Amino acid sequence: MAISRRGFLKGVAGGGGLLLVSGVPFAHARMSKELPPQAVGLLYDATLCIGCKSCMVNCKAQNSVPGGALYKKGMKAPPYDSKGPRGDEGIWDAPQELSGKTLSIIKVYKNGTAETKDTAVNGYSFFKQQCLHCITPACASVCPAGAFRKDPVNGSVYYLAERCIGCRYCQLACPFGVPRYEWDSAWPEVRKCQLCRHRYADGKYAACAEFCPTGATIFGKVVDLRNEARYRLAQKPGTEYDFPIKTVDSTEISRRPIARYAGGTYGLVEAGGTQNIMLSGVSFELLGFRKNIPNSDLPELTWHYIRKILWVFAGVFAGGTSLYAFTHRQEKEESHD
Amino acid sequence: MSKSDAFNSVSWRLGGISRRDFLKFCSVMAVGMGLPLSAGARIAEAITNPRRPPVIWLSFQECTGCVESLLRSNHPTLEHLILDLISLDYSETLSAAAGHQAEAAKARSIEENKGKFVLVVDGAIPTKDQGIYCKVAGKTALDILNETAPHAAAIVAMGSCASWGGVAASGPNPTGAKGVPEILSNKTVVTIPGCPPNPYNLLSTILYYVTFNKLPELDPQGRPKFAFSRLIHENCERRPHFDAGRFAEQFGDGLHRKGACLYKLGCKGPETYANCPSVLFGETGAGTWPVGVGHPCFGCAEKGVGFSTPMYQLATLKEMTPPVFFGEAFPNKPGVSPGIKTFAAGSAGIVVGAAGAAAITGLGAKKGGNLDQRYGRDEKNARDKEE
Repeated sequence: MAISRRGFLKGVAGGGGLLLVSGVPFAHARMSKELPPQAVGLLYDATLCIGCKSCMVNCKAQNSVPGGALYKKGMKAPPYDSKGPRGDEGIWDAPQELSGKTLSIIKVYKNGTAETKDTAVNGYSFFKQQCLHCITPACASVCPAGAFRKDPVNGSVYYLAERCIGCRYCQLACPFGVPRYEWDSAWPEVRKCQLCRHRYADGKYAACAEFCPTGATIFGKVVDLRNEARYRLAQKPGTEYDFPIKTVDSTEISRRPIARYAGGTYGLVEAGGTQNIMLSGVSFELLGFRKNIPNSDLPELTWHYIRKILWVFAGVFAGGTSLYAFTHRQEKEESHD
Repeated sequence: MSKSDAFNSVSWRLGGISRRDFLKFCSVMAVGMGLPLSAGARIAEAITNPRRPPVIWLSFQECTGCVESLLRSNHPTLEHLILDLISLDYSETLSAAAGHQAEAAKARSIEENKGKFVLVVDGAIPTKDQGIYCKVAGKTALDILNETAPHAAAIVAMGSCASWGGVAASGPNPTGAKGVPEILSNKTVVTIPGCPPNPYNLLSTILYYVTFNKLPELDPQGRPKFAFSRLIHENCERRPHFDAGRFAEQFGDGLHRKGACLYKLGCKGPETYANCPSVLFGETGAGTWPVGVGHPCFGCAEKGVGFSTPMYQLATLKEMTPPVFFGEAFPNKPGVSPGIKTFAAGSAGIVVGAAGAAAITGLGAKKGGNLDQRYGRDEKNARDKEE
């Protein structure tokens, strides 16, 4: 295909102009490093988790209604990772991994005889994987179509299917490996936890926290959750403590001794801090969480590159023009003759 | 006396039971206790032995539920067995005699069978104010127990009240009720807790004792291990629902009707050791035990759970084996990642497949060529012949 010189130059100029005018990547690259004013999140305490999967089941059910993170037009039943017998489809749903159908998952860490809970050697521990809702989400900063957004008020990172172009750049960018693609769908979308933002209007909150019987997952303002986590870490292991159930400021409590925690709170500094934070009796490295996640906010890295792109374009354009001018200098002179 | 004579001598006492049914029962009891089938023969021998162990049944602070549950068990001929296998010399509920007559029978039995009888106790024993809150025939429960126990060959505490105080000892415990092991602290007491306890656990314990002349293996709380060594939660018919995250949130909701796990309704199965999921409740019908009929386990067989913690309070999981079907942190530890393995296997497959395909097609071409040539030659020959 032959491109006319005129067409090529028009394209370059137009593209550059569009880049300047639209400003989409720039706006997202320079996102606030501070917590949004009404930032909400989850505190997951693995020492309280009993692996009942109530959160997973209800996550699926509550997100398969209009507005939910799994909902698609015409959806009647939650999507399941494995099919059961006819008439009971999905009853054998036992996902092994986050997927386009599973937004949160409880997994297990086992070592040796796996006798004692929350112990690294010869013990076991449950842990939860889901979107951590970064304060500065890399998925949103890399999305070329602006399909991932961070709510400026409650800080939940959400997805706009109508903007998504299916490049799955978000999957590569996420340091926690959270966004998943619907590989088995004809019209695939990216799926991840949206902190049940569709339920806030009814005065409800994240389903995983609402249906957790032991208070292993609690919902609340990030500031309160961080204080709660700090308090638990500061107590002597074995101290009786009234663990709140469902929400951080709940009156429903479960009294039990505080377990021995390994390390600190996960999500205070990782990737610039996250709104969902975690505590565990087994170090997070053993639970499969990557240890090389930088503590700085990741979109900052993107911005370092993106802000140079304009100059690359300008440089190539200027260089090319000057080269053209130089190589065609003689032609001009000849034509004068 | 031959074996069949021995059987015939007791057969009439067992309500005319057939020899076959009798041996069947003995084998079932052996299996119920986790004993080899051959023990069934020894149980049969023990039952047909004319020397029946005398049993003295003392009832104190109780509701008669323990005796009632025993009477309600309608296993064929069980009532005959429990009355004829043992010589029940004294029981306030079941004695035909009453008043002084009954007391005299008890005194005579103790006198005659010193060191030979089995003592079964149901109900707690009040200890406050010298135990005046429970008296039988003018004597306090405490005195009766202390008088009787030293002469007993074996002591069985039937029911939660006798085992540690049960409902009578729950706060504020106005009578200072205590269980038999607390009062007879220097003796071995077999405890069969439950409210009411499963009659088969008592029957099995007594059968074990008369068969082997020793008590079955006991746990630190005096409970026979064959019945109380396993957690209800680990053997519950609703356990798969727990593992899959399906819970009844309220009584009568959709999942409750479908038989989902009752953990969120306060089921104490995760902290109670008993054989209810296996032997169900007495003989009240198929699937009938509390969890089977849709009510959370109350933890009646576990000291510190039943009658102590609120009925619908969430239980603490005592021991748990992490499920095998959960995703793991490092599923293929240690070694090559599954992706690389698949890729390697795939590549190898392609190479082998390609080689195979090449070999087959190459061979086929060659063969085909030969065939063509041969066929052509034949045709030519045929044509030659025609010509």
